[in-house]
Amino acid sequence: MTTDTPRGGGDFTAGVLTILPLLVAVVVYGLLFGTLAAQKGLSPLEVALMSATVFAGASQFVAIEIWTSPPALLLLAATALMVNLRHVLMGAALAPWMKTCPRGAIAVSLYMMADENWAFALQRGAKAPLTPAYYLGLSLPLYAGWIVCTFFGTIFGGVLQDPARYGLDFAFTAVFLTLLVGMWQGRRNAVPWAASAVVATAAYLWLPGVWYIALGGLAGTLVGALQRPQPEDGPPVVHPEAHDVP
Amino acid sequence: MSPDIWHLDPLILAAIAGMALATWLTRYLGYWLVRRTTVSGRLATALEAVPGAILTAIIAPMAFATGAAESGAALLTVLLALRLPLIVAVAGGCLAVVALRWIIG
Repeated sequence: MTTDTPRGGGDFTAGVLTILPLLVAVVVYGLLFGTLAAQKGLSPLEVALMSATVFAGASQFVAIEIWTSPPALLLLAATALMVNLRHVLMGAALAPWMKTCPRGAIAVSLYMMADENWAFALQRGAKAPLTPAYYLGLSLPLYAGWIVCTFFGTIFGGVLQDPARYGLDFAFTAVFLTLLVGMWQGRRNAVPWAASAVVATAAYLWLPGVWYIALGGLAGTLVGALQRPQPEDGPPVVHPEAHDVP
Repeated sequence: MSPDIWHLDPLILAAIAGMALATWLTRYLGYWLVRRTTVSGRLATALEAVPGAILTAIIAPMAFATGAAESGAALLTVLLALRLPLIVAVAGGCLAVVALRWIIG
């Protein structure tokens, strides 16, 4: 990220507009998460605190699934660590973009790093300077929306029980597939992506829990590392060519 | 439904704190590891592969190991995304998965 762009407000708005369509799915999953958490005896305030501090949907759903009363502290922390291992790779991939950022902006950016804003941020970085304002525009609606919707889901549980009925369980898959299409640079991507797909699918089928994301991501990264470096210098290149995000 | 919106249980708070600490570790560790390094050569090639590898891993179970309806909708999403904006591809994918599940049953 660079700070030398004068159009901070414009960048913030652009980020907000990019992430806005995704909020539909965030609302549905937030309400659903609150519903499930309430069934395990968590209060709305406790749910909001978890959403504000953990802010990682997948690990929160898994935690609620294995939640007991009283909660198994060590198991919950270890599970969160495992489910969120992918963040280590994601943060490393984001690091080259944040070289010129002030420390505070980096800390806040990483605190709010989730799959969605991270992917859109890298896509943006490929064609324009990735400013903290743009990243905040992506992240704040996601962060605030998740806290508010999980909070109200705990209170008004049961409004939206079955996202699959509207195909919304497929929404995140569809978003990430679309971003992948934009990242496609040709045969160079084929082998690492195939390695990731094979390892992730195998891990999903044969390992318990959600190891598949970290293992697939690691497999694709290692295979990618074996390839010949590209001639250009600078941050890793994500190459959107098929379309623009509205 | 919880009878008390603002209820706070110390044990639940401790569980949330543990989860938050574990998650913060994953969030800051990767950045912290490469921040001092000049990213070039092998490391740059590896990091360049991260976004595609992670996104592929996230979608793999739904695209390849859930069912014919999900695989079909994934394929349609990719085809739509080749020409149309993100929002159209995503909406098309969600509609397709509902329709295909209904047809395939």
